[in-house]
Amino acid sequence: MVFDPEAELARAESDEQRPVATAPGPSVLETRNLEVYYGHFQALRSVSLAIAARQITAIIGPSGCGKSTLLRCFNRMNDMIPSFRAAGEVLFEGRNIYERAMDVVDVRRRIGMVFQKPNPFPKPVYENVAFGARINGYEGRLDEIVERALRQAALWDEVKDKLRHNALALSGGQQQRLCIARALAIEPEVILMDEPCSALDPVATLKIEDLMRELARDYTIVIVTHNMQQAARVSDWTAVMMMADDRAGEMVELGATREVFTNPRDKRTEDYITGRFG
Amino acid sequence: MTRTAFEHQLSEIQEDMLVMAGMVETAIERGIEALKTRNVDLARQVIADDLSINRKRYETEEKCLELIATQQPLASDLRTIVSVLHITVDLERMGDHAEGIAKIALMLADQPPVKSHVDIARMAEIAAGMLMDSLEAFKRRDTALARAVCNRDDEVDALYDQVYRELLTDMINDPGTIEQATHLSWVTHNLERIADRVTNICERVVYLVDGRIEELNISKY
Repeated sequence: MVFDPEAELARAESDEQRPVATAPGPSVLETRNLEVYYGHFQALRSVSLAIAARQITAIIGPSGCGKSTLLRCFNRMNDMIPSFRAAGEVLFEGRNIYERAMDVVDVRRRIGMVFQKPNPFPKPVYENVAFGARINGYEGRLDEIVERALRQAALWDEVKDKLRHNALALSGGQQQRLCIARALAIEPEVILMDEPCSALDPVATLKIEDLMRELARDYTIVIVTHNMQQAARVSDWTAVMMMADDRAGEMVELGATREVFTNPRDKRTEDYITGRFG
Repeated sequence: MTRTAFEHQLSEIQEDMLVMAGMVETAIERGIEALKTRNVDLARQVIADDLSINRKRYETEEKCLELIATQQPLASDLRTIVSVLHITVDLERMGDHAEGIAKIALMLADQPPVKSHVDIARMAEIAAGMLMDSLEAFKRRDTALARAVCNRDDEVDALYDQVYRELLTDMINDPGTIEQATHLSWVTHNLERIADRVTNICERVVYLVDGRIEELNISKY
C-alpha cells in the first residue's frame, strides 16, 4: 500500500477522539490526538495527555519511542525540521499552539526549554542570563533579573563573584543550571527539559533534581529522561511511551509516578520498567 | 532483553522463603507431637531448630536488601521483594510460637495429660495447612486461594474458643489442673497467633498480585 500522508492526516483527524489521559487538578498543556510525521515516517500516533500545572511530569520510554518529539511539540521546536508535520492539537491554556495565527516566539518565551547538553553561550555568565531578557525587550533592571534567575536556579552563591567570567569555564552541572537560569530569566510558565542530566555526574544530577522540585512550586515542568530512577525520584506524574510495530510512538500509560513505578496498569510499562522489555 | 542474574536472585529469595516456611511447618508439627507424646528430645530439637529459622530470616533479609540496593527493582519485582521481607518476618514469629509450644511441652513433660489433645492437634493441623496453602497461593500468585485460606482462620478461632472454655471448666471442676490447663491455653494461643499470621501472608499475596493492601482477616470480636 502506498503511504498517503494527506489521507493519514485526514484519518487521524476524523478518528473518534480518545479520552485524554489526565492528572487531577488544573492542566496547563494538553495534547489531543496528536500525530507527528517526519516525511512518510509516523513518529507519534494519537497522543492525548494533559500536563498538570505546577507539577513535574516525566515522559519515559525506550529509545526511539517519540519522547523528545512529543516534548518538542510543546513549544513547536520541531517546526525547524523541514519534513515535520503535525495533526491533532497541542493546547496551551486552551489554545492550539499550532494555530496559524499563533506567535511562535511568544510560545517559546512562555514555554522554555533546557537541553540534554548544557549549551551556554561563549559569553560571560551575566550575559547568558540577560540575553533572553534583552532580546525580549525588557527595560527593567537587568541586574535584578539576572540575580533573581541565578538564585532560582540555585547558582547565585557559586557564580556571584564570577559574573564576568566566561560561562564555558563553569563545570557541566553549573553550566546546566546556568541554562535553567537563562530559561527562567524570561519568566516562562512551563519548562521543558530534554534529558537535562544525561551529561552530568551524579552529584550535579542530584542538584538539578533538587532544583526541579524547588522550581515546581512556581513552574510546570515536563522532563524527558532515560533514567527511570530519576523519573521516579523527581516527578509527580509519569507518562510512558512505547514504539508500535510500525515504529510510531504511542503513549501507553499516564499515572501518578508512585503508581506507575510500583503497580503499573499496562503490561508494557511493567516490562519496560522491570527491564524485561524487548 | 533479559535480566538473567536478577531473575535468578529474585527466584532465590522466594525459594529461601519457601524453605523457611517448611521449617516452620515442621516446628509446629514437632512442637505439638512433643506435647502429645511428652517427648523431651523432640521438644529440645524444636527449640534448637528455631535458631536456624531465625538465621534463615536474616539471610533472606540480607539478600532482599542487596537486591534493592543494587538492582533498583520496580513494579512487581519490587512488590515481590517487599512481600518476601514481610512474610519472612511473619514466618520467624511463627517459629517463635512453635518454640513456645515446645517449651511448654518441656514443662509438662513429667505430668500426665489432664485432657485429650485432639482439638489442640486439630488446631495445629489447620494452622500448618493454612501456612502451606498460603505459600502455595504466593507461588501461584493466586488471590482466590489466599482469600480461601483466610476464611479458614475462623475454624482455628472457633477451636480456640472451644478449647479455652473446656480448659476453664476443667480448672473450675478440679483446681489441681490449673497449672497444666493454663499452659495448654498458652499452646492454643500460640496456634491462634500462627493462623493469624498466615492471614498476613495471604494479604501479601493480594498485594503482590493487585498492588494494594487489603485487610482480609476481619476479626469478629
